[in-house]
Amino acid sequence: MSAADPMLEAERVLRICSACMYCDGLCPVFPAIDGKHNFSLSDVSYLSNLCHNCQGCWHDCQYAPPHPFAVNLPATFADLRQRSYADHLWPPALGRAFRASSLAVPATVALALLITFALVLGTGSPEALRTTYAGEGAFYRVLPWPVMAGLAGATFAWAVIAVTLATLRYWRTIAPETAISEILRALPIAFSDIITLRHLGGGGPGCHDHNERTSQRRRILHHLTAGGFVLSGLSTIAASAYHHLLGVMAPYPVASLPVMLGLVGGVTMTVGAVGLLGLEARADRAPSDRGETKLNLAFLVLLALVGASGLAVLGFRSTPAMAPLLTAHLGLVFGLFAALPFSKALHAPFRAAALLRAAIDSNRRASARAPDASGDSL
Amino acid sequence: MTVIGGGIAGLCAAIAARRGGAAVRLLEAAPRPLRGGNARHGRNFRLTHETPLDYVPDRYTADELRAELRSVTGEETDRVLTEALIERSYSIAGWLIEHGVHLQPPGTGVMPYSRRTAFPLGGGKAMINALYASAERLGIAINYDSEVRSILHSEGSGWTVNVRSTGADAPIRTRSVVVCAGGAGADPAWLRANFGSTAEGWMVRGTPYADGRLLDLLIGAGGCAIGDPTTCHVVPVDARGPQFDGGIVTRITSIPLGVVVDRSGARIDVVGAGSQPTHYAKWGPRIAACPGQIAYLVLDTQGLARAAPSALAPVTAPNLGELAAALQIDPTALLQSIEDFNAAPANAARTIAEPPFAAYPMRPGLTFVHYGIKVDATMRVVQADGRRHDDLFAAGMIMAANVLRRGYLAGLGITLSAVFGQIAGEEAARHVRG
Ligand SMILES: Cc1cc2nc3c(=O)[nH]c(=O)nc-3n(C[C@H](O)[C@H](O)[C@H](O)COP(=O)(O)OP(=O)(O)OC[C@H]3O[C@@H](n4cnc5c(N)ncnc54)[C@H](O)[C@@H]3O)c2cc1C
Ligand code: SF4
Ligand code: SF4
Repeated sequence: MSAADPMLEAERVLRICSACMYCDGLCPVFPAIDGKHNFSLSDVSYLSNLCHNCQGCWHDCQYAPPHPFAVNLPATFADLRQRSYADHLWPPALGRAFRASSLAVPATVALALLITFALVLGTGSPEALRTTYAGEGAFYRVLPWPVMAGLAGATFAWAVIAVTLATLRYWRTIAPETAISEILRALPIAFSDIITLRHLGGGGPGCHDHNERTSQRRRILHHLTAGGFVLSGLSTIAASAYHHLLGVMAPYPVASLPVMLGLVGGVTMTVGAVGLLGLEARADRAPSDRGETKLNLAFLVLLALVGASGLAVLGFRSTPAMAPLLTAHLGLVFGLFAALPFSKALHAPFRAAALLRAAIDSNRRASARAPDASGDSL
Repeated sequence: MTVIGGGIAGLCAAIAARRGGAAVRLLEAAPRPLRGGNARHGRNFRLTHETPLDYVPDRYTADELRAELRSVTGEETDRVLTEALIERSYSIAGWLIEHGVHLQPPGTGVMPYSRRTAFPLGGGKAMINALYASAERLGIAINYDSEVRSILHSEGSGWTVNVRSTGADAPIRTRSVVVCAGGAGADPAWLRANFGSTAEGWMVRGTPYADGRLLDLLIGAGGCAIGDPTTCHVVPVDARGPQFDGGIVTRITSIPLGVVVDRSGARIDVVGAGSQPTHYAKWGPRIAACPGQIAYLVLDTQGLARAAPSALAPVTAPNLGELAAALQIDPTALLQSIEDFNAAPANAARTIAEPPFAAYPMRPGLTFVHYGIKVDATMRVVQADGRRHDDLFAAGMIMAANVLRRGYLAGLGITLSAVFGQIAGEEAARHVRG
């Protein structure tokens, strides 16, 4: 595991890696350190988010413990990655909440649930949670539309603002000195890397979900989770379009656009998140970091609960269970948004920023060495 | 049948034998995390191809390899084995891929493409992991932490292999043995016996488990030795690195950018070492000849900036006097050496003038010894009297001296071990199946 000062440990290990480079085909971290002797805090902050913890370089490392060099790059980066989140949060005071993220996230969600249930009881009749509602506007009889939209809007706006500002702070730390034109040229590359999750391929064979064997499972499950999240978001947008533009109020028929998007999105997000939880449970402990594992678990459980509760609302919307399920679902959604800026969700924009820098750097790095200059390592 | 040694040669022998229909047990002295011998430290391997392949562009013909081999080994080499090596080096990559090894597509990562060699994705250890996974899938019994202490020919036929595992010795009866225990040299006692007391200050770049025991056993039992136990491939490595298994990252690559002094502060040089990739192999023996088998590479800021990174940061100091103090060498002698050098700098190097200064302490790092056991074209061990058992085989670095009695070609070690391992496995399976 990493030494007391993670920065010193990072320098020690990265030096060995940049002398070795055997892992250069696994992910963009290695090309990014090629030829470097020294590593600044900004470098390390950048590299740690360029690492997506496929654990390939752990299993392939000729210097992994019990070798005296005891190289454990994935664990070193996992530690530094969490520091990079904590150091760049906005408002900065959130850093403390983040360090206890595995408590702060559930606590926030619990609070959101509590408030939502309280509002349902406070704005409706105490009977509200036991009544079967049906027909247009049924949902708003559980929680009046302005309250629902207000809470969703507020928590969502908070999430967007806080995450955006944290990302900008992070980008300022890792940004290379560059002209706008260079950034623009790198954007399509970074964008395609983000969309395809190219690097979750481990240079081809995939991630090491467990032991030396590789698979594409993590990449597929990540696609499902992220895709499901996006579809669920689109479903909400479609619903508000129905509400405001068409003047039709929820619940919508199963065959409608918002429900179809929500159904597919909810199913894929839940399946993806549960699958990723399964991988997390089986993952090798040595190259993992306990803090990061907890962070992952908190976020994945939350996503799975949001997805599953949304599906439950759909499934039971014409029964007496609808009101409590809807209340729980809304509470979870508000909680998700509220906790987003100090949850593992941060990995998405931070990694995107790191991929943008990687794209800028690799555009600059015209293939410098001559072919066949490569002898073997003797 | 039993394969002794779980390096690349042993793995290829075991897999080939299993596919040839034999029941196979693989005995590896190292614990599981250190399995795989020296191929863990390997980066790429040499292969011929008449046309571009997915993983090696351009072409590299059998004739070219034959000519290059001749230029390093001279005439003193086994023609039949050399031809077998050349021929099989064509199909070896495909065979490894078939057994789960992933090769790195040219142009990815930072390595320039090489038309002579292919790169396993993630390096040698990734390749080793893939082969072990294949071996398990094929039903090969694998024992780690299992060091073979002796092998005895049984009356009639077959062998008794004595294995020490977790402190206890146990005999294994087997119909046939393939010895893939690697070259010798990783045992300080073996080194001292062959190189004398100067071997005290050496480092071993590869696995500590290739200790020469099996080679000595084979020779002791009448096997014919081949090559010279006192010629070896030795390069400068960081004196602060681990005694064993330093691999590639402790090699000191930037000698052409600075000045080398011994521990008295006197400058040393190797005529003609220059900055060719072969300069390592010339500097190793020179450092081995230094008092205490230690020398120091001194660089200034400019030199350090051009140097490739190495595992351990250099010792640095704001001036040469303090550098000498840090290295515990005589400051006056060091200053004098640098002054002399600056008065007439060598071809590639510039003057050592701009502070701060940096130094790497260096020792000789043994890579392999040009010495081994003689085998025939079927990898059967040849006795000093010319006879051979039909059920005793040897493959890999332990018999490399049949082909490489001196010199080396980049990427040949893994190819040679894999190819001869394969042949040994096939022949042994043919033998046990009858
Ligand atoms: C630092 C370094 C870098 C290298 N780089 C390259 C490269 O880039 N390309 C290349 O082609 N070659 C390279 N080589 C050479 C290459 O690694 C070797 O030629 C090859 O790995 C030899 O394989 P082997 O299986 O014959 O022997 P070894 O790798 O030595 O394996 C021997 C195995 O036998 C086991 N063993 C030994 N004694 C016993 C016993 N008594 N009982 C049981 N098991 C035993 C050991 O544990 C070990 O696993 C490099 C070598 C070194 C040291
Ligand atoms: S992780 Fe290990 S094998 Fe990979 S580049 Fe770093 S030191 Fe080399
Ligand atoms: S764990 Fe995977 S992504 Fe992270 S540095 Fe290692 S190879 Fe790259």
